[in-house]
Amino acid sequence: MSTLPPYASPLERLWFYAFRVLCGLILFFLIMPILVIVPLSFNAEPYFTFTQGMLNLDSEAYSLRWYRDIIENEQWLHSIKNSFIVAISATILATSLGTLAALGLSRAHMPARTLFMGLLISPMIVPLIITAAGMYFFYSDIGLAQTLPGIILAHTALGTPFVVITVTATLSGFDTNLIRASSSLGATPTYTFFNITMPLILPGMISGGLFAFITSFDEVVVVLFLAGFEERTIPRQMWAGIREQISPTILAVATLLICVSVVLLMTLELLRRRGERLRGLTPS
Amino acid sequence: MTDAPTASAADGVLRTNDGVPLKITLRRVTRRQRLIALALVMPLFAFIMVTFVGPIGMMLFRAVDNPVLQEQIPRTVALLNETWDGESAPDEAVFAVLAEEMIQLYKVREVAKVGIRLNYEQSGLRSLITQTARTVARRGEPPWMETFIAIDERWGEPETWGIIQQASPRYTLSFFLAALDLRYDWQGNIVEQPEREQIYVMMFGRTLWISGLVTALCLVLGFPVAHLLATLPMRQSNILMILVLLPFWTSLLVRTTSWIVLLQTEGVINDVLVWIGLIADENRAQMIYNQFGTIIAMTHILLPFMVLPIYSVMRTISPSHMRAARSLGATPFRAFREVYVPQTLPGVGAGSILVFILSIGYYITPALVGGRTGQLISNFIAYHMQKSLNWGLAAALGALLLAGVLVLYWLYNRLIGIDKMKFG
Repeated sequence: MSTLPPYASPLERLWFYAFRVLCGLILFFLIMPILVIVPLSFNAEPYFTFTQGMLNLDSEAYSLRWYRDIIENEQWLHSIKNSFIVAISATILATSLGTLAALGLSRAHMPARTLFMGLLISPMIVPLIITAAGMYFFYSDIGLAQTLPGIILAHTALGTPFVVITVTATLSGFDTNLIRASSSLGATPTYTFFNITMPLILPGMISGGLFAFITSFDEVVVVLFLAGFEERTIPRQMWAGIREQISPTILAVATLLICVSVVLLMTLELLRRRGERLRGLTPS
Repeated sequence: MTDAPTASAADGVLRTNDGVPLKITLRRVTRRQRLIALALVMPLFAFIMVTFVGPIGMMLFRAVDNPVLQEQIPRTVALLNETWDGESAPDEAVFAVLAEEMIQLYKVREVAKVGIRLNYEQSGLRSLITQTARTVARRGEPPWMETFIAIDERWGEPETWGIIQQASPRYTLSFFLAALDLRYDWQGNIVEQPEREQIYVMMFGRTLWISGLVTALCLVLGFPVAHLLATLPMRQSNILMILVLLPFWTSLLVRTTSWIVLLQTEGVINDVLVWIGLIADENRAQMIYNQFGTIIAMTHILLPFMVLPIYSVMRTISPSHMRAARSLGATPFRAFREVYVPQTLPGVGAGSILVFILSIGYYITPALVGGRTGQLISNFIAYHMQKSLNWGLAAALGALLLAGVLVLYWLYNRLIGIDKMKFG
């Protein structure tokens, strides 16, 4: 349906264009809320709407004051630091544990595969509020509530399903003869993993890791239950800002977060293109 | 494994070079392979069991766990169960034991626990317990029955004692009953809660209704977009795909914030509506902090989860099927309905179940933009976890919610298979 066939009736012609307009509106609905934040974060006034000056493209009406607010605010800087510490640590842990498990799950002799898979993916399915409530009691009991390691472990659990799923998917196209060839040439299993398997499944690991990163970076429910004031992350700080007193500083933070997601999206897209190119070169 | 099998002359059994029958060697190797696979899965499995499955199980156990009365007033409970006829006030002996235990509790300042527990069963009992304990501890003396009844007439009524008895077993279903707007009356029958306290069945109903509506909206909006993306040439569809993926990758809080900015009374949409003269400046529309806000924001946030699975299925449908149907005389609509749509059903099913699962557990967006009418069951779980501290009820509500999600998860697995789940 990408082009109209020459025999299309007037009604079909009308539908063809109406359908595109409809899809355009839906896509507009998807992207508009994200785009509208960006100019508003440069508002010189503490309002959440476009001032007359902004509409006239008056340079006086735009300012960086909300961005300066972030840099000068101890709390925001602290939460940014926390967010990166937690997300990076959780990503490393989740990617290692998840990749190992995916390697096991993809083996031909893995017993009770569906059962294990179901259990390992469950952190993605269980409603976050239930997860958070359970972890709240558990981490309080073992003395890790209100500490960064506690939040890191909690986010690791939430991130692993994404790694398991993406790496398992990558491994489903993996030719196990390569491992046999490597072993028959005398390589140890460790050597084979780092020199044969890993380079081939690396795209899957990276995209799983990015999912784990964004899951942790964006997570607020578990943080609400587990973190004290000192362990606040960016989403926790935003939550407080939206609930208590919504200031345009939040819009500036939101704009920065949108930049983070654009970078992640581009990384994933490059990985996908690379994968497609490689598949194109070696038809399976 | 590297040794080539050789046929033994004696019994015709295939053996490896070292003389072990091939079958046994094979079994040994298979077992070793199985152990290796398990060993690889084990670290994550153990981690998830210890930090995720275990804690949730322990939390849900609180839904039936009922230690308070057994720990705080054990002798009263035991004596009550043994001697009370259930028709009038119990004997002086029961009053005496309760008085003794209350004085003890008052000294260590633990009376409130008993009061709070009994208050879950019937409001008003908390103050009865604390007040009685205070009076008894300060200037109470036998005969205890008269002292108690003098403090509050309710001690002479069998209802009060019946409720204490109903609340006393070590394990109880009363939190689950409360989660379903039911309770035990003082004689142990299951009855409905008083009308003004019935909220949870309505909340479950609302959660299902909003989730169903959001799923339907996502399907209606997602299906055309997925179709467009699947039929456009790769280059164009990749560009449009960014419009779906960017929201998918953008922080939940950012998207919720932007809906607040857009929908609030002084927000962008109201400004535009006033500017084009659709509504007057003084009666701007209330579009947020109510159900409408929750539904719009949730639909926006979950839409990519619908588009992506449908898209990946539509991508595999050959356009020649539609052309064949047309050439056989079908109208475009009939070809679409009878040839195209049935082939998209796996994607539609995957997307719908996924969106539904995600939306019945939603917490953040309803909490921020839901106001009073847009709250879902998760918000009540959070309320009982953090504010009212009725953890038993929170656990019971959570267990019911989780049961619903697991049924859907099982269904998803049956229909689509969890290993088919993909992102991006």
